[in-house]
Amino acid sequence: MAIDKIVAQMPKSLSKVEFSYCPGCHHGIVHRIIAEVIDELGIASKTIMVAPVGCSVFAYNFFDLDGTVAAHGRAPAVATGMKRALPDRVIFTYQGDGDLASIGTAEIVHAANRGENITTIFINNAVYGMTGGQMAPTTLIGQKTTTSPYGREAKANGYPIRMSEMLSTLEGSAYIERTMVTTPQNVIKTKAAIKKAFQVQLKGLGFSMIEVLSTCPTNWGMTPIEAMKWLENNMTKTFPLGVFVDRTKGLI
Amino acid sequence: MKMFMKGTEAIAEAAIRAGCRLYFGYPITPQSELTEYMAKRMPEVKGTFLQSESEVATVNMLYGAACTGKKVMTSTSSPGFSLMQEGISYMAGAELPAVFINVMRGGPGLGDIQPSQSDYFQSTKGGGHGDYHMIVLAPHTLQEAANMMNDAFDLAFKYRMLVTLLVDGMIGQMMEPVELPEWKPAEFEEPDWALTGANGRKPRKVTSFDLDPYALEKMNLRYQETYKKVAQNEVKYEEFKIEDAEIIVVAYGTMARIVKTVVDYARQDGIKVGLFRPITLWPFPYERLSEISKNIKNVLTVEMSYGQMLEDVKLAVCGKTNVHFYGRSAGVVPAPVEVFDAIKKIVR
Repeated sequence: MAIDKIVAQMPKSLSKVEFSYCPGCHHGIVHRIIAEVIDELGIASKTIMVAPVGCSVFAYNFFDLDGTVAAHGRAPAVATGMKRALPDRVIFTYQGDGDLASIGTAEIVHAANRGENITTIFINNAVYGMTGGQMAPTTLIGQKTTTSPYGREAKANGYPIRMSEMLSTLEGSAYIERTMVTTPQNVIKTKAAIKKAFQVQLKGLGFSMIEVLSTCPTNWGMTPIEAMKWLENNMTKTFPLGVFVDRTKGLI
Repeated sequence: MKMFMKGTEAIAEAAIRAGCRLYFGYPITPQSELTEYMAKRMPEVKGTFLQSESEVATVNMLYGAACTGKKVMTSTSSPGFSLMQEGISYMAGAELPAVFINVMRGGPGLGDIQPSQSDYFQSTKGGGHGDYHMIVLAPHTLQEAANMMNDAFDLAFKYRMLVTLLVDGMIGQMMEPVELPEWKPAEFEEPDWALTGANGRKPRKVTSFDLDPYALEKMNLRYQETYKKVAQNEVKYEEFKIEDAEIIVVAYGTMARIVKTVVDYARQDGIKVGLFRPITLWPFPYERLSEISKNIKNVLTVEMSYGQMLEDVKLAVCGKTNVHFYGRSAGVVPAPVEVFDAIKKIVR
């Protein structure tokens, strides 16, 4: 039977390698969005990705793009080296919150501050996923993890760190937005945000980052549905959605 | 035409002439002049200079730039080199070519800013994690250092390995006349592993990991195969008046230069001293040192450390000859007379 009309298919920029993510994890959704954006912008042949250390360490293999894996937290520095060597290529990092907001804070802050013309996709699920659900700098106050078994206490562990807000104070940051992918509408919004972030880079406007609030049902000890609800009801209070800096007006 | 140059500047200019157009660095004494030279010079040759926020960032920028298949380098001094070890291990695992300059100063810790050779272990035995090696070159004059820069990049690309030019603060800071090496093209063919965007070809991946132990073992065996080849083909050393020597002094870098003076002193005094100078510290010239030490009674290792290369000298000699040691460290450079006294104590 001939196919009359293709209504949905796998994005070309995703490889055929099966995702290694847990059921209900949002990495898969965000991967697909990125691949769709790269396809739509027609930039696959000039895009290089830098994967992090964490659950998405395998991301370099899930995309049909040139790619590498950086040391934990160092993706923005690796991407900087690539971009300086090949300024006309599109370079993006994909990082979790342990990677970007803890061990790699210096690298992300200075990459943003230099206005490094790279794009960062930041997955914030308030926990260390790969190592088994330890407390992250983004863990909410009161949230129980394997290293905050009695709930995170501000007195001992400080406060959830808001990277998007922090980086938006830097003049090198051209576009920073926080989104989530809990509903089809939110997926559409996230896709628009990620597309804009890549357009910022294509126009050479500076650093762009999209923070996507994500679930980790396995380490949160919830079903995927419960996890989505928990994200919407709790995470968005500490990490409000929105655009934190936009220096693209009239340029895109 | 000879130029009167500082060590760090001669090395920097030689690197540019070798075709390096990407430099990442962070200021640290006693090599900041190299970083400063690159800041001024790279824009003149349409190259890229970037001052990073830390040595940790530097080495990762190097990783990223090296992924694109271009000639990349950095320079630092001991504490900075320590900070780079994580990235060095990753680059070794990813088989990325790059050149490091370590202008050694006194340690451990913050130490001081005077010349030292106490990063020998760190450089030759792997300061980072995992079974890896980097090629370590040890020039003893500015001219030799300048001449080595092109070899350093050639070796890095030939074997897809990291190459370190291990010099001490003396070589970095002193000035002497240097004949700068000839210009090599900055543009060269893209290596078949470089990440440049999958344009009309299959995507390429550069990583230092595989969670499957058998696959990772395969990668490791490939590294070991490379190291074996390097050890077979790239060992370099200098022999200075060893033909009739009754005692052989083993020294590298600035220390070897001082020993050359001592050799002439001692010979005037009737003691036949020879110098064996490893130029590649890794791969170490085990075989040649073993051969020449067979028929003599004493070998003296002299270092600006408390006996690091000494271990390799002992491995080479393998108990067949007495191995003695003299060294001062922490930024103190032994005077020729001290080394001469050490020789006299052994021989007489």
